[in-house]
Amino acid sequence: MELPEGARDFFDETGKIARFAGRFFTTGLKPRFELKELFNQCFIIGYKSLPLIGLTGFIMGLVLTMQLRPSLVEYGVESQLPAMVGIAIVREIGPVIIALIFAGKIGSSIGAELGSMKVTEQIDAMEVSGTNPFKYLVATRVAAATLMLPILTVLGDAISLFGAYIGVNIRSVTSFNLFYMQIFQNLSYGDLLPAVIKTFFFGFAIGLIGSYKGYNSSMGTRGVGSSANTAVVLSSVMIFIIDLLAVQITDLLGLNY
Amino acid sequence: MMSTTTETSSFDNDKELKKGDPVIVIEKLCKSFGANVVLRDFSMVVHEEENVVVLGKSGAGKSVLIKCIIGLLKPDSGKVIVFGLNVPDLNHDELDRLRTKIGFLFQSNALYDSMTVRENLEFSLRRQWIQFSQDEVDRLVTEALENVGLTHTVDMMPVELSGGMQKRIALARTMILKPKIILYDEPTTGLDPVTAREIDNLILKLQKKYHIASIIISHDMNCVKNTSDNVILLLDGKCYLEGTYEELEQSADENIRQFFE
Repeated sequence: MELPEGARDFFDETGKIARFAGRFFTTGLKPRFELKELFNQCFIIGYKSLPLIGLTGFIMGLVLTMQLRPSLVEYGVESQLPAMVGIAIVREIGPVIIALIFAGKIGSSIGAELGSMKVTEQIDAMEVSGTNPFKYLVATRVAAATLMLPILTVLGDAISLFGAYIGVNIRSVTSFNLFYMQIFQNLSYGDLLPAVIKTFFFGFAIGLIGSYKGYNSSMGTRGVGSSANTAVVLSSVMIFIIDLLAVQITDLLGLNY
Repeated sequence: MMSTTTETSSFDNDKELKKGDPVIVIEKLCKSFGANVVLRDFSMVVHEEENVVVLGKSGAGKSVLIKCIIGLLKPDSGKVIVFGLNVPDLNHDELDRLRTKIGFLFQSNALYDSMTVRENLEFSLRRQWIQFSQDEVDRLVTEALENVGLTHTVDMMPVELSGGMQKRIALARTMILKPKIILYDEPTTGLDPVTAREIDNLILKLQKKYHIASIIISHDMNCVKNTSDNVILLLDGKCYLEGTYEELEQSADENIRQFFE
């Protein structure tokens, strides 16, 4: 029995991405390391994403708190608002929303940048000048995305919780200390660590898919646009798939209770 | 004439080549993309300090040929021997070392558009297995820019330069490691006749100064006339004819005449 063309294309693409990931581990992590370019990418991917992550995190915390309040008031458990918002942000909403924002900004940027370098022969020029473009362009971007997303998530979560604090104080008065005490009394390392660990995988997937799409771009400027677009779409889907797997794993380990 | 003077190559200790020694030998090269056969049993020889122009229609496989020589494409069969080494058999490190002796000028210039002219030129110096001091890097950058007459552009971005200036910067970048062979992919395409002539003169000037062997891909007959010692017509993936520009000009062959009309 022959598979339909769509299914064959899907498996073909999945295989190619897996091979690309394998190349990252076999070639990209071998000396000599492109440390200067790695730090440069960490600055571009991490530091320059902070304002966007901070803003969306703040709004996310504020809106979530305002949306949850009426339901909790109805059941008479308004005092549980900080704990509920804290757990929701740290365990799930923070990492996933921040990763999606990150995929939109960084995945598309890597896809477009490498795609445009590919179609203008800059990647070939790098190769003939004795540089391994995979190590210089791909490995550094994938590593930077993997390392920076967890840091951005922790910072984004913190800003989001501050937004939640403002949200709580719009309709009532809660001190800063009491708000945070209520959050941290209800959080454990079992909530925080799996959430941070999965963001390494989110970052890796975003960097890898963006690089794969850009590095294999073709068909001129149209191909560059397509690379940027599919990088974001595929990365976003991968974030949810990884999240689903992470939940199953933490469930098996008994960390969801 | 000996070619490995200090000027020709400042950092290798290969055996000295004499004018007339073969530096590139291609034997029965075949390359296809799916069902599209681009090169079939193509053979040619390039000697030290010789400029060979490969002439052919668009899509004839000229660019594929030079990409096989530099190792950007792997041939299906045949030999591509450069300085005695068969390129398809080389591992990555060996290929990187060989590439320090081969320059490649891309048709699109392929300047790194996020870097300044200086960074473009320094890039290949910083990444070689030979370590250059900062003074040496500065000297080589200045020398490369002086060769193409564009020292004032050192801190400019490629986008700020005209097409002709970009081509000259690309040539300076190609020359900075003092290669012994340069592969030019349509160096004058898209340039006005005056700038194209300047590029031709630059190619000849650099060849004389550094004793370089070149393969020039072109269908600009002025460029062929100005730069070639020998011309190869690539047709149907094979070497259809080989000779000097004057011999080709006098030929009555229909396949050759169409390039002169």
